[in-house]
Amino acid sequence: MTDSKYFTTTKKGEIFELKAELNSDKKEKKKEAVKKVIASMTVGKDVSALFPDVVNCMQTDNLELKKLVYLYLMNYAKSQPDMAIMAVNTFVKDCEDPNPLIRALAVRTMGCIRVDKITEYLCEPLRKCLKDEDPYVRKTAAVCVAKLHDINAQLVEDQGFLDTLKDLISDSNPMVVANAVAALSEIAESHPNSNLLDLNPQTINKLLTALNECTEWGQIFILDCLANYTPRDDRESQSICERVTPRLSHANSAVVLSAVKVLMKFMEMLPKDLDYYGTLLKKLAPPLVTLLSAEPELQYVALRNINLIVQRRPEILKHEMKVFFVKYNDPIYVKLEKLDIMIRLASQANIAQVLAELKEYATEVDVDFVRKAVRAIGRCAIKVEQSAERCVSTLLDLIQTKVNYVVQEAIVVIKDIFRKYPNKYESVIATLCENLDSLDEPEARAAMIWIVGEYAERIDNADELLESFLEGFHDESTQVQLQLLTAIVKLFLKKPTETQELVQQVLSLATQDSDNPDLRDRGYIYWRLLSTDPVAAKEVVLAEKPLISEETDLIEPTLLEELICHIGTLASVYHKPPSAFVEGSRGVQHKRLPGSAGSGESVESPDTSSAAGLSEAPPAVIPSQGDLLGDLLNLDLTPPATTGPTPPPSSGMQLGAMDLLGGGLDSLLGGDLGGSPAMGAAFGAPPAVMPASFNAPVSGGLDDLFDLGGGVGMTMGAYSPPKTIWLPAMKAKGLEISGTFARRAGVIQMEMTLSNKAMSVMTDFAIQFNRNSFGLAPAGPLQVLTPLNPNQSIEVALPLSTVGPVMKMEPLSNLQVAVKNNIDVFYFSCQYPISMLFVEDGKMERQVFLATWKDIPNDNESQFQIKDCHLNSDAVSNKLQSSNVFTIAKRTVEGQDMLYQSMKLTNGIWVLAELRVQTGNPNYTVSLKCRAPEVSQCVFQSYEAILKN
Amino acid sequence: MIGGLFIYNHKGEVLISRVYRDDIGRNAVDAFRVNVIHARQQVRSPVTNIARTSFFHVKRSNIWLAAVTKQNVNATMVFEFLYKMCDVMSAYFGKISEENVKNNFVLIYELLDEILDFGYPQNSETGALKTFITQQGIKSQHHTKEEQSQITSQVTGQIGWRREGIKYRRNELFLDVLESVNLLMSPQGQVLSAHVSGRVVMKSYLSGMPECKFGMNDKIVIDKQGKAGSSEDGGKRSEVTQDAHTHTPASPAGCAALSIAIDDCTFHQCVRLSKFDSERSISFIPPDGDYELMRYRTTKDIILPFRVIPLVREVGRTKLEVKVVIKSNFKSSLLAQKIEVRIPTPLNTSGVQLICMKGKAKYKASENAIVWKIKRMAGMKESQISAEIELLPTNDKKKWARPPISMNFEVPFAPSGLKVRYLKVFEPKLNYSDHDVIKWVRYIGRSGIYETRC
Repeated sequence: MTDSKYFTTTKKGEIFELKAELNSDKKEKKKEAVKKVIASMTVGKDVSALFPDVVNCMQTDNLELKKLVYLYLMNYAKSQPDMAIMAVNTFVKDCEDPNPLIRALAVRTMGCIRVDKITEYLCEPLRKCLKDEDPYVRKTAAVCVAKLHDINAQLVEDQGFLDTLKDLISDSNPMVVANAVAALSEIAESHPNSNLLDLNPQTINKLLTALNECTEWGQIFILDCLANYTPRDDRESQSICERVTPRLSHANSAVVLSAVKVLMKFMEMLPKDLDYYGTLLKKLAPPLVTLLSAEPELQYVALRNINLIVQRRPEILKHEMKVFFVKYNDPIYVKLEKLDIMIRLASQANIAQVLAELKEYATEVDVDFVRKAVRAIGRCAIKVEQSAERCVSTLLDLIQTKVNYVVQEAIVVIKDIFRKYPNKYESVIATLCENLDSLDEPEARAAMIWIVGEYAERIDNADELLESFLEGFHDESTQVQLQLLTAIVKLFLKKPTETQELVQQVLSLATQDSDNPDLRDRGYIYWRLLSTDPVAAKEVVLAEKPLISEETDLIEPTLLEELICHIGTLASVYHKPPSAFVEGSRGVQHKRLPGSAGSGESVESPDTSSAAGLSEAPPAVIPSQGDLLGDLLNLDLTPPATTGPTPPPSSGMQLGAMDLLGGGLDSLLGGDLGGSPAMGAAFGAPPAVMPASFNAPVSGGLDDLFDLGGGVGMTMGAYSPPKTIWLPAMKAKGLEISGTFARRAGVIQMEMTLSNKAMSVMTDFAIQFNRNSFGLAPAGPLQVLTPLNPNQSIEVALPLSTVGPVMKMEPLSNLQVAVKNNIDVFYFSCQYPISMLFVEDGKMERQVFLATWKDIPNDNESQFQIKDCHLNSDAVSNKLQSSNVFTIAKRTVEGQDMLYQSMKLTNGIWVLAELRVQTGNPNYTVSLKCRAPEVSQCVFQSYEAILKN
Repeated sequence: MIGGLFIYNHKGEVLISRVYRDDIGRNAVDAFRVNVIHARQQVRSPVTNIARTSFFHVKRSNIWLAAVTKQNVNATMVFEFLYKMCDVMSAYFGKISEENVKNNFVLIYELLDEILDFGYPQNSETGALKTFITQQGIKSQHHTKEEQSQITSQVTGQIGWRREGIKYRRNELFLDVLESVNLLMSPQGQVLSAHVSGRVVMKSYLSGMPECKFGMNDKIVIDKQGKAGSSEDGGKRSEVTQDAHTHTPASPAGCAALSIAIDDCTFHQCVRLSKFDSERSISFIPPDGDYELMRYRTTKDIILPFRVIPLVREVGRTKLEVKVVIKSNFKSSLLAQKIEVRIPTPLNTSGVQLICMKGKAKYKASENAIVWKIKRMAGMKESQISAEIELLPTNDKKKWARPPISMNFEVPFAPSGLKVRYLKVFEPKLNYSDHDVIKWVRYIGRSGIYETRC
């Protein structure tokens, strides 16, 4: 007799028949009936009407029948809560059964029934089961606590189950420990700051002991939990690593990857010169390679993870290129991932092999795979300079095949190769142009148009080619339209005499006939640029482009760090943080690697780290669309990023010119663009002469477009330190700069006095900042319009924005500045008071304040003493308020005034403070709490400065 | 953690549906069917995200197993669990087919209840499961109190894979070294990549709780011993090798190194990993019956049993001439079996003429390949096939991709050069010694993906 027959009943009136059978006296018949019910339930039929009849079968000593009834109960109890109560007695009774299997079954099932009334009854049996003599019951009860917590978190806390669960971590049975760890980890996830999993060296030791003894699954739970721990120092870190490494030989890939996660994380804390560090690195490669001989699904997960690991620590697998070669029978998802990793590992040493493989792949069948292989060839060219020539000729071979998608893909990558090696491979342009007609994908069309525009002076019929695209302008995708607009403007600037009509045509198409705001805006900007100042236009549109660098689609570092903490999990498969695909409170915590040196950590609180990360992206991005400013300059990246960490000391001209333009355009874009293109009036006569020198600030022409707010009211308010000398005349060929920072009417200003102590006139001032902790950047060019005569001084106020590139500085408020004049470029650094970054809307609601204060872990609190201050609490409060430190509440306890204060930094970090002022005592105590505790020290300094001033 | 687990037949009808978490609804069952099983194109990823719900799937013949979750679960664990689930089901009722799943659905639900609790995998060793999940339906009175606690301590215990009190009249051990040798060779005969992935599979019929120690010619161990001057293995080696029930290989091609470098190995959970890590010794208490003790991978000094030399010549647009030579590269006293060479042919092949020196060759139009089979072939021999392939003229611009020539075979030695040095058994409580255990060792080398580009 087989069970499959239960799936086949489909007749009407079935429910009634089943009802009768369920109430039958014969045990066998009853059981048959319940099986039918379960089969119906499985295929999705609604059999909830049978609830009372099924529950009646629960009282049985036939375990199989009982389990079936339980299965039914778990499914339908929620829809019939009142009836479900009928089952409670049986559960409670079963929890007392002499057979541990039955006790466990009862407590396991009861936890799955999400009915309030039942959960009330669950507490007592659960409490007993948690202390049961049999480990099987205890391990089941441990998971049950997590179930109950999911239904009613408050109840679990009130009943003290969490403490019992914590005790189970010290249980003698390894499986109980593992399940307790799993349950606690899950509960802790929904209480990010509860410190529930109080991991300390003692508990860690217990976990490591259990690790050696429990089942493969238990080992995974424990390793995943260990990964959340941050060791106190490198010694502890090493000793944990030593005890985790044996897991790398486990047959279960999940154990291996979880161990890799722990090691990757803890390695961050080991000093690189340590012998052990090298040993560990060597130990990581073989298990990762072994994962590639697992089943394809596991290979896929492993490859996605290896992709992350290679980005973080390329040295681990640098000699293992061959194992990533694609096999003919690999599933497509494995092939695509292998290809990605091959490019990451490509280096001068192995490039010949890699290229030979890629060429092989480009003849495969799967379109996606072939495309990716072609693209990979281009990426190799960009990554390994020595191979560029061979790559280009391989790509040309592929273009000759005339396979449509191969050609298009090849053109897209060749564009990037041109960007990387200008003036080297342009001879192939003719071949590319032959294929113009076959391009039907936007990306390939856009790439081809870019090439034509960029090299317009070398292509005789560039105007014809571009004109041919213009015919169907409105049918093109935005990407192509934008590129076409830029290309024609370039063409015009290069060959002004012949192409005037063309450029007017495209400008009017873009501004008047298009309803795409990006296209219109760009059209207007070009139009105005061309009409106002053709020199500037040339300078902007034909600006020298920074070279793109090797790595293309690297994951942004903060995200990568977070993903490394999630090795093995879905996040590592999707390459997205958990918050991107998990609903609710779970997974919103951002994990970070422990104190890694030199990894470009920013000061942002965890909440803002991903946003900040964006601006931190390395200057290495190949086509990123939608970056308006970048596109305008026809760069694919924002201009400030081009300067790199230190301003290039080379030709000062390039330094000033390009970045000033960047800054200027920034303001231009920020300003009002509502005007009509009336300015086009002046545009019509093509520029006759192109002045050779454009050293004069380009802003001259653009000036009227943006108001640089020099005259904002100097209301006395926020604290501003007195001016200090930043750049002594000795060091700067006679230029002395002293200055200070101030926040006036919500605008951060850098106020400087420039003094000329040399014998000659100084002109052409420009300024630029290095990346800094809060992204400070000039909001406009430095306004020194008249030449600075010898022995003359001038006061300048430079408004600053906080949207520049971010890099953590040491000390935090350090700012590195480069100033240029007609003589030279000078560098200095200064520090700004962090109070300047306190924004006006930094007043927090009381409730929010209370919640946030509690929410921020105590570790983040720091206390400081302010000495010798003789103000009463009201005066203190007023004084601070004028610097945007807001007092939210005041409490007087035993002669002590407690002021609760909040402030918000420009990058959205909140700082909460508790200031204790005792009458008669000149020493105040201030406690600061912030999600980014690094800022506390600076904030304290500001407090002191404000109060003592 | 895993929120639910579904099993579907090839049509997408659900056969088993078990939901563990409240956030997974019935609609998840349909979402997977519509978006994955019924999807038009080929599956592009074993992980699919549909409306913030993630689906992990594996296929066994035409049965789909899908695990569902809304959380950031350990993806590796989910797949390992799905494979384990398949193993457990096969151990209970054989092949995973629609018929078998339907026939055993009550059992499957019972298993799912036991091995997955609230989405957390629990003990899933079939040895342990079979003691208390039987289709007889255990009743509490059938087990004495001791039996019950024995079951629970086994399920939760440190040695979850073995029960106490096993007795055999004859203590026997079968040890198979199974290797698959993988090769990718360029048309010019250059090795692009080669590796051996091997498994040590055991069948143990031993009484009590025996402590075993396994030794092989691992380079690291041999070098260490060489330095220490220990000669512990001398006597034992012959004992293991003398009774191999197939050929006991002397160094097959005459070039096998005395010791081999193992790139990496993984072990069954019975092996004490910390001991391996510190002393590189493999010690364990074995499960009863069949199990896989270890897997390993080697890449150095591999004996490639066959060399394939292809020669493809395009004669005009409608004809191809293919000549393939295979050479066996091992000791001439050994015999390779089940040799099969698969030569791909273009899609527009209209006819094939074949001449081969040995075995049988056939053109299989449905597989677009010439399949050449040879039953047996001794070492140091050579054989050849030549084919004339006629092609239909086509307009297809795309060139034929020339898939690689692949090969299958079986040889009675380990291409990695691995040798078992000893397998010692100690059972302190029962009175049998290492010498009383009958041990059998066998080496089998098979082709994995053994390809030569042409």
